[in-house]
Amino acid sequence: MIDITAFWIALYIAMLAAFTGYVVISRVPVILHTPLMSGSNFIHGIVLVGAMVALGLATTPLEQAIGFIAVVLGAANVTGGYVVTERILQMFDRSGKKPGKGA
Amino acid sequence: MADLSFAIEPVYLATVFLFIIALQRMSHPLTARSGIVWAGAAMLIATLVTFFTPNLTNIALIAIAIVVGGGFGYIAARRVSMTHMPQMVAFYNGMGGGAAAGISAVALLGPTTAITASLAVAGGLIGAVSFSGSLIAFLKLQGWMPSRPVTFPGQQPVNMVVLALAIISGIFVVLQPSWVPLSVSMWLPLFFLLALGFGLLMTLPIGGADMPVVISMYNAFTGLAVALDGFSFATPNYAMIIAGIIVGAAGSLLTLHMAKAMNRSLANVFFGAFGATEEQAAQVSGSMKAIEVDDVAILLAYADRVIIAPGYGMAVAQAQQKVKELSDLLGARGVSVKFAIHPVAGRMPGHMNVLLAEAGVAYDHLFDRDEVNPEFPGTDVVLVIGANDVVNPAAHRQGSPLFGMPILDVEQAKNVIVLKRGQGKGFAGIENDLFYRDNTRMLYGDARETVGKLVQALKKL
Repeated sequence: MIDITAFWIALYIAMLAAFTGYVVISRVPVILHTPLMSGSNFIHGIVLVGAMVALGLATTPLEQAIGFIAVVLGAANVTGGYVVTERILQMFDRSGKKPGKGA
Repeated sequence: MADLSFAIEPVYLATVFLFIIALQRMSHPLTARSGIVWAGAAMLIATLVTFFTPNLTNIALIAIAIVVGGGFGYIAARRVSMTHMPQMVAFYNGMGGGAAAGISAVALLGPTTAITASLAVAGGLIGAVSFSGSLIAFLKLQGWMPSRPVTFPGQQPVNMVVLALAIISGIFVVLQPSWVPLSVSMWLPLFFLLALGFGLLMTLPIGGADMPVVISMYNAFTGLAVALDGFSFATPNYAMIIAGIIVGAAGSLLTLHMAKAMNRSLANVFFGAFGATEEQAAQVSGSMKAIEVDDVAILLAYADRVIIAPGYGMAVAQAQQKVKELSDLLGARGVSVKFAIHPVAGRMPGHMNVLLAEAGVAYDHLFDRDEVNPEFPGTDVVLVIGANDVVNPAAHRQGSPLFGMPILDVEQAKNVIVLKRGQGKGFAGIENDLFYRDNTRMLYGDARETVGKLVQALKKL
């Protein structure tokens, strides 16, 4: 459980993160919006580490069951999000280096 | 096992840093890939170091869950085709939302304070809505559910009541007031059921073509839920808070961008059930004029400037390879070929760019609406392939449901060739004035076959 000071510090961090996100993402060109979405989908896969802690600190069978599902879902989010993003970007890589060629 | 718990915070810090770098490198197609590879490595190390969290138990369970979920995610993501990418993003986004809801549930089952419980309830609500909503979006895009809006009388009031009940039961979970009949152990499952139900009900009335907006909004939702859940631990998980908030910002920005590209408010996208009703027969004069493949080939071969405007129909017909062949052939003849990409063409922001990149079209041949619109008047031939509403000049006519939507002004070109399966209407269910214009010719048939025939005809010229 967090005390009120830690809570406020986290809010300040969250505010700065929102600005960072806004600034960084405004510069992404329209042609990369799909990988941007897929990439940010991968990034919120950090939920996996939270799910791991939730399951790791679970004591009752109910908590364990929910925690287990959360880790499964989080792991699917991370790997799926990564693979999809990487596959999309691979194609831009190729079409950029060899214009007019490719599969 | 050595105690590496001291490494957790430094690794998380580095991970967040690399996440931001990854997004920053996405500002150019050539740097984007290396960024995501670094972020992936960081995520892997962050996952490993989390095993050293103090007092962590159930380690075998955690490992099994990671292998099951990760293995499934990997295989599914490897197999899916680029045309089906939007529903996979929706699917994995739903997984993340579900994981966030799960974390909230575990946190609320344990000891909490008013602050942590409120944040966990908020995270749980948003995560659960994102989970069920994303799954409905997935089912609709996958075609396992009708993609048309599903509506029933009193739908919006019902949805609002479900949301209100979810919020009220969430408040009861936090406050645990003594005058409420049921105990927390009853309110908690009820809260999650209502939240899941709301996500489902909210997504049902949204049609397939609005999915770019919906997917990016649920992406923002999951990010926000992850950030809120970052507060639910003994010490706040700053990696979750920062990564979640950044994704929330990214998703919100894209959502607004998409809604703006369709000239519709978010409320209209989510509550308008757009496309559910047919427009009253619009006053369209003239008739559709068909054209044959050979004539189109000649028109293209002797043109100076050609613009291709692809839509989701091209993806459905899997015609992008043939389209790329066609543009190469024309390029070899000295014809200038450009691709005009409308922001909401396809089922995800930038979906057309990905499909054309997959077919090998260089990204510097792709132009977005604002860049390409001034060029239509000087263009000899525009090929509209499987696009409809985004090229409908009705958007310039007051009173049309499309009025005000920024479109590709293809009708200003000298010749417009529309490749179309049949005489049906677009997603919006609105007659397309373009098809009746004097400079428009219809080339009927499956887009892939038709473009294939065009390629053959061009080779003979």
